[in-house]
Amino acid sequence: MNTLDPNTWIDSYSDYLYNYAVVRVNNTDIAKDLVQETFFAGLRSAKNFEGKSTERTWLISILKRKIIDYYRKINSKKGKAEVRMNFYESGENEGSWIEERVPQSWNSETEKNIENEELKSQIDVCIDNLPEKYAMVFRMKTIQEFETEEICKELNITPSNLWVIIHRARTQLRSCMEKNWFNK
Amino acid sequence: MFKFLKITCQEANEICNKSQYGEASFSEKMKLEFHIAFCKICALYTKQNKNLTGIFKRKSLDCKEHTHCMSNNDKELLKEKMKQEMSS
Repeated sequence: MNTLDPNTWIDSYSDYLYNYAVVRVNNTDIAKDLVQETFFAGLRSAKNFEGKSTERTWLISILKRKIIDYYRKINSKKGKAEVRMNFYESGENEGSWIEERVPQSWNSETEKNIENEELKSQIDVCIDNLPEKYAMVFRMKTIQEFETEEICKELNITPSNLWVIIHRARTQLRSCMEKNWFNK
Repeated sequence: MFKFLKITCQEANEICNKSQYGEASFSEKMKLEFHIAFCKICALYTKQNKNLTGIFKRKSLDCKEHTHCMSNNDKELLKEKMKQEMSS
């Protein structure tokens, strides 16, 4: 039977929980808050701990719920989500490129130069320009390379939902990289 | 003929993005190939998208080498808050 010992939680689990949160939300302040909320929620519900899982597994399951809550919060956020760009026509020509958003050829010199620190920070800038939920799903799938199934389970979304987000994120990123890097 | 292969640019690029992760089905890939044989814009998009995938891959390698830890300072602060929470 496992037992809980909250006095040791921070020394034993804070790094593990913090790393788990950072790779998902990509923001150190939000990750710190999530870890704190997890420990507090753990204290409050300690009486419900049945000892079937380890302390760490139990705390992670709390953190997972906090991450879903966070995703729901950014998902419902108005404002930034609404500035997302449309690249395709609707109505009669539905699904065709909007003329002024058509991809341009890239300057071949910059295209070759891909081993570059500046390039990596430009990618971060472009990802940060995305609506928050696109950035989160894109990073989890592309940068952290999580399985589709895992992301869907963790964020409680469907695969088709995930692919729509990935598509929009990448289309917007391509356009941002074109303006700020390839054809600068 | 070939009507079943006909898709819009938007659909083509959705498939293109899915296939960057190796997760597009065979019939989806057929549709995409058919589309970009005729559509220069989406052919360019597809080419650039592969290029971006390579760049993201390098970025991913960089990021995954890195494990994030909480600073000792943050841990001490958190311990204080825990103490308060436990005594309240």
